[in-house]
Amino acid sequence: MFDLEGFGHLLLQGTLMTIQLALVSLAFGLVFGLIGAAMKLSRFAILRVLAGIYTALIRGIPELMVILFVYYGGVILLNNLAGWLGYDSYIDVSAFAAGVAALSLTFGAYATEIFRSAIRTVPRNQIEAARAIGMSPGTTFRRILLPQVWRFALPGLGNTFLIILKETALVSVIGLDELMRKTDIAVGYTKEPFTFFLFAALIYLGMTAFVMAVQQRLERRANRGVAGRVTP
Amino acid sequence: MNVNVMIEALPDLIGGLWLTLGLVALALILGFAIALPTALARLSAWAPLRWIAFAYVFFFRGTPLLVQIFLIYYGLSQFEAIRGSVLWPVLREPFWCTLIALALNTGAYTAEVFRGGILSVAHNQIEAARAIGMSPATTFRRIIWPQTIRQALPAYGNETILMVKASSLASTVTLLDITGVARTLAAETYMPIEIYTVAAMIYLALTFAMSQIIHFAEWKMDITRARP
Repeated sequence: MFDLEGFGHLLLQGTLMTIQLALVSLAFGLVFGLIGAAMKLSRFAILRVLAGIYTALIRGIPELMVILFVYYGGVILLNNLAGWLGYDSYIDVSAFAAGVAALSLTFGAYATEIFRSAIRTVPRNQIEAARAIGMSPGTTFRRILLPQVWRFALPGLGNTFLIILKETALVSVIGLDELMRKTDIAVGYTKEPFTFFLFAALIYLGMTAFVMAVQQRLERRANRGVAGRVTP
Repeated sequence: MNVNVMIEALPDLIGGLWLTLGLVALALILGFAIALPTALARLSAWAPLRWIAFAYVFFFRGTPLLVQIFLIYYGLSQFEAIRGSVLWPVLREPFWCTLIALALNTGAYTAEVFRGGILSVAHNQIEAARAIGMSPATTFRRIIWPQTIRQALPAYGNETILMVKASSLASTVTLLDITGVARTLAAETYMPIEIYTVAAMIYLALTFAMSQIIHFAEWKMDITRARP
């Protein structure tokens, strides 16, 4: 059905880069999300306000704009900061680093809201009960809070990861050699834009279908033993 | 931060705002027109119709918007038949190609929102409407649709805000929307931080205004609100 004219390995390289970008952004994004949720639930108003500004900014600005800002603006900010600290050689920001920064900040903003509402669904008296029987805060978090938060947060996190996976394509705009850019290169040689962009679309479709299947399995596992909450 | 650069960039960026608004408004109207029949097709009793609607929704929700835009803008020129057809003057314009991609994209997401809304209508209401002799069309118009839109409004509102953000991809096919103007200015002035900050503020104002409109619509349609 598809004659890739020897560009198959190029597209494979691009796909691997896309997967790498998405997974690294997921890891950092989860950390940002947990920090953001902790700040939003904090006793200190200043932390709550800062986290509120972070999520409002990211959710109100196009992701492409965030990527452009981080890539072109980030270099300047970083060098100014380095110069101010007395370090005077030029620092370059790679497209991969800028992509990870932009995508993980985006994921983190959505994950902040997901974690925050998931944490609030755990009844407070469970935490009080854990404290009362002498559990340490760390153990309470690990044994009581985390398994329940994980269960409530999974659907939202899965959907947000699907969004991030599709948004990796935007990082091609700043020149990262991921699937879109490799496809562009193949199109330049073969002059068959429809064939190659459709093939790229099918690769993305395969990846999203795979993530959805994994998400379903994880949800079923997280919900085991919970009556009336069996995912279809 | 060079404030003068920011002030000078503002008129140009506002110029891009009109293109952004035009794209979003047209895409939302077309997307709505696509979404409603698609949602009904997804719930149809006739299997082939269900499959076609499912394939459409699956493809447009499962692939990046950038691929969809490139597939339409660059991809269609691969075919001699399209280049020779009467549609070519439309399909070679980046504006129309972006609009088609945005409309098909939001149409797929909105169809799922509407489908959820339609499914939320209690089945016995529909049976009751049939029992008193209402035609299927009247049942839809009077019973199903008002409840669907009320149920679907929060998610649909979200989708309209996502469309504002998605329209920034128009800049990848040379269109001068807010992002397109910002990219040009940033390259000319070498002051990306100033230019992108102003552009981001315009987007923030736009998405904030839209969320307020949605809140107002939700408040208007809220049946639990006491009527005077």
